[in-house]
Amino acid sequence: MPAQQTPALKAPLTVEFPFTRSLGPVQSAFLTGLRHRTLLGVRTISGQVLFPPTEYDPATADELRDLVEVAPTGTVTTWAWNPAPRPFQPLDTPFAWVLVKLDGADTAVLHALDAPGPEQLRSGMRVRVRWAQERTGAITDIACFEPYESDNDHQVGPHSGEFEDPVTLFTAPARLDYTYTPGRAPTDYLAALADHRIVGERCPSCRKVYVPPRGACPTCGIATAEQVEVGPRGTVTTFCIVNIKAKNLDIEVPYVYAHIALDGADLALHGRIAGIPYDQVRMGLRVEPVWSGDARYPDHYRPTGEPDADYDAFKELI
Amino acid sequence: MSRQRASHKEPVAVVGIGQTAHVSARHDVSIAGLVREAAQRALADAELTWADIDAVVIGKAPDFFEGVMMPELYLADALGAVGKPMLRVHTAGSVGGSTALVAANLIAARVHGTVLTLAFEKQSESNAMWGLSLPIPFQQPLLAGAGGFFAPHVRAYMRRTGAPDHIGSLVAYKDRRNALKNPYAHLKDPTLTLDKIQSSPMLWDPIRYAETCPSSDGACAMILTDRAGAARAPHPPAWVHGGAMRSEPTLFAGKDFVSPQAGKDCAADVYHQAGITDPRRQIDAVEMYVPFSWYEPMWLENLGFAAEGEGWKLTESGVTELDGDLPVNPSGGVLSTNPIGASGMIRFAEAALQVRGRAGAHQIPDARTALGHAYGGGSQFFAMWVVGAERPGG
Amino acid sequence: MPPTPAPTGPIRDVAVVAFAQTDHRRRTDELSEVEMLMPVLHQVLADTGLKTSDIGFTCSGSSDYLAGRAFSFTMALDGVGAWPPISESHVEMDGAWALYEAWVKILTGEADTALVYAYGKSSPGQVRDVLTRQLDPYYLAPLWPDSVSLAALQAQALIDAGDTDEPALAAVASRSRADAQSNPHAQLAGDIPSGDYLVHPLRTTDCPPISDGAAAVILAAGDRARELCSRPAWIRGIDHRIEAHGLGVRDLTDSPSTRLAAERAGAYEVALDTVELHAPFTSQEVVLRKALGLGDDITVNPSGGALAANPIMAAGLIRIGEAAARIHRGESDAALAHATSGPCLQQNLVAVLEGDPRE
Repeated sequence: MPAQQTPALKAPLTVEFPFTRSLGPVQSAFLTGLRHRTLLGVRTISGQVLFPPTEYDPATADELRDLVEVAPTGTVTTWAWNPAPRPFQPLDTPFAWVLVKLDGADTAVLHALDAPGPEQLRSGMRVRVRWAQERTGAITDIACFEPYESDNDHQVGPHSGEFEDPVTLFTAPARLDYTYTPGRAPTDYLAALADHRIVGERCPSCRKVYVPPRGACPTCGIATAEQVEVGPRGTVTTFCIVNIKAKNLDIEVPYVYAHIALDGADLALHGRIAGIPYDQVRMGLRVEPVWSGDARYPDHYRPTGEPDADYDAFKELI
Repeated sequence: MSRQRASHKEPVAVVGIGQTAHVSARHDVSIAGLVREAAQRALADAELTWADIDAVVIGKAPDFFEGVMMPELYLADALGAVGKPMLRVHTAGSVGGSTALVAANLIAARVHGTVLTLAFEKQSESNAMWGLSLPIPFQQPLLAGAGGFFAPHVRAYMRRTGAPDHIGSLVAYKDRRNALKNPYAHLKDPTLTLDKIQSSPMLWDPIRYAETCPSSDGACAMILTDRAGAARAPHPPAWVHGGAMRSEPTLFAGKDFVSPQAGKDCAADVYHQAGITDPRRQIDAVEMYVPFSWYEPMWLENLGFAAEGEGWKLTESGVTELDGDLPVNPSGGVLSTNPIGASGMIRFAEAALQVRGRAGAHQIPDARTALGHAYGGGSQFFAMWVVGAERPGG
Repeated sequence: MPPTPAPTGPIRDVAVVAFAQTDHRRRTDELSEVEMLMPVLHQVLADTGLKTSDIGFTCSGSSDYLAGRAFSFTMALDGVGAWPPISESHVEMDGAWALYEAWVKILTGEADTALVYAYGKSSPGQVRDVLTRQLDPYYLAPLWPDSVSLAALQAQALIDAGDTDEPALAAVASRSRADAQSNPHAQLAGDIPSGDYLVHPLRTTDCPPISDGAAAVILAAGDRARELCSRPAWIRGIDHRIEAHGLGVRDLTDSPSTRLAAERAGAYEVALDTVELHAPFTSQEVVLRKALGLGDDITVNPSGGALAANPIMAAGLIRIGEAAARIHRGESDAALAHATSGPCLQQNLVAVLEGDPRE
């Protein structure tokens, strides 16, 4: 049976996690400072003031700890007008990205500038910090910058970096949305599964049957195409008894997680064994899939009642 | 174009080694602070400064673990890499070993004189199981946790060799006791007994809770250099006598998960380079990547220290103990400390510490030759090195 | 004291002897990564007559974040046919750095040939958002500044410095897409209307297309290279350097790391006739030309460059491949290829390739 021309499958894939960011002393002082509307930079050994303060000198790799306070006003060093803000960006109306050198600092910070349009923008323009109403100890405690005429006469002063309620870590949620497409061979495999058929693909060179097919014979490095229905019966080659509930899985423990070599396949796939007490499952047990509802995969495999397969008959498939 | 082909490689020496304290959550440092701690200790060991480093080679496991894509870009400043070459390696669990080998090749090829290599993982930024099991559409959900992937292979090993049930616990007990002698190790329980291990919950039968690795934050760094650099080093170097990587596909017809061919081939290659014909006799200490205790007997066979089916007997008879004649994981191993991306480099570094005579309380007396071993993916990526106290070729 | 390494060049002659790339497209929904990659692997093997088992070392470049899946490279390895097991490595970087690792491996003498590949499918995610995850996770990533916006900040800095203006940027775009008409793999070629500002001062035409694609290269040493290729593209030098991460501590109008890498690669010691720059944005070509001191007598990006096709993680390797292919075809005698990584050209690689003198 040749490969079919099934339309490409696709589905959303969301990669999302609230990452924990622990900070270390310099970043902790800086972000705690923001919560207190205090802008801390760090002085390098050569006397430059870096804002935002880095833990290590980009030029020399020296460890930096000498905090100083800079001004909430500064000068734009470059800008870019962003007419269509993207998710999670600081402002949801059109704004400018800017690099701003705060008064007292020798390096620039990246942030947003709230401005009515690109016409008013130029490098060299004066701005000031607009603080967020609610400040948690994050770079977003600076809501954005806003245009503001003022003189640059700030003298930096040292700062201990000590606050009563230091922020030592913050949560950084991140979400990326992808559209997942499994490719040609898995698409065909999934289409057959919908009919409760398990269809692998044979390598034209080594003749091994791969299930599930992944598009290439991994030992020959060539495309598989010839489709071969395998199973439905198979042999448990090895297994473990799961006694700990896996997250997002609604299966009562203990249960058996097994490698199953379906008849006609040259490697095992994975499945759960049921319909037999968990402590009676053994290598060589003959099983068949049990489908339930419109689930994509067999719900589990159950014993067929056939005699066990001989170890020598499946040991190459373990 | 008529330059001559290299007649031989530049010998590579390990002159600096640094590790962080490994714990489940290093909430006192940033990611940069974590890697910096290991790097600074390696520099101190070598009595070198940032300016002495020609290039940086960094490795870690998937970027999703920290939620930073290609974090070496952000870490360039902390690692003194600005204005220098910086390479980022990712070969799954073997990455710490692979990273060290990529760095060593920069010296061997005479591209650079002194290289900082470093591997890390800050698992507390997320959750390793989240990173390892992103919900890929259409795929059958993973039916078991991390141990569920390995447990069936352990059962296959037991079936194949007739190894008795208690071997796994013996390994865990040994490694965790060794960890008590290692100031950097993560899991340290002075009250641990074999009985406690054998009565810990059976999570993925045949793997018990106490036979699994922890989840750690940590970093490991090494300074590698050429003969000239070694001559200036304040402490005895470890010399690289052989290094190799081997890969095989993730899943394939005929794959032997118990003793993968890539592991055998990789070991054969490093032994050949190092002139080792009888690893059991010629190697004094082994740091192997054992994330689940049963992998010690499995790797003993795969690496040629025991005949097929005989690895568990070495473990059972105490050969792999700290005072045995083939000590395995004197540091406490991955079972005691597992910052995933760094775990392989820690194996390489601990092997080097042994032949430098700088392993402290877990030093194997007179260790002259040691093997560092790392593996990853679906038991498919292998990286190994053999280090010795003597310069290769005399 | 032992002899120190010769500063004049690598200790072995290594050449690019084959190069292949996919036709780059906006989407490849019907193909998995390995299905997309396999044809280019087969092509470089066929071009050299090598089998996987003949190759001494294999190295690849790709990104889990682009794919949205951890360990995505392990599945791509299926396309190589890694059996019996192979000596193999992977960088979480553009394939140009995989080529660098392979070049080093050959220099050690442990391998005489290497297969290098890279692939990237940008279509599954929103690449502008995905690339924000490359940034400092404390001060930058929480603001989600996208890659086009960062490039626009750099472009404005160039305009302010008098290094370019919008018509000059438009000229780079139109020249690149015109040249791409002779590149059968290009995604974007011909006369493209200049379009709206995506992020001012960059218009859509100043920005690269969003691409899915893959590329492969074979390296070989010395006589082996001559056996495998009638006119090998010898790597006279290759070097890469990184800069500070923060945009606010860098001079965005310059690329000192590119200049240093070029010096170390010997770019200023040969008479270059061709340059392939990995400049996804028109403004970045301006920065790179300035940093490298390129005159108007040198052909820049005859392939159309990353403005014609930008499969992230492969686009840098493709620059080396395109430069080498011109030497293979006798269209160049000495070419510079450049690859970049990170925001606003943070990290840069330069390779200098030469053909043997013509008869």
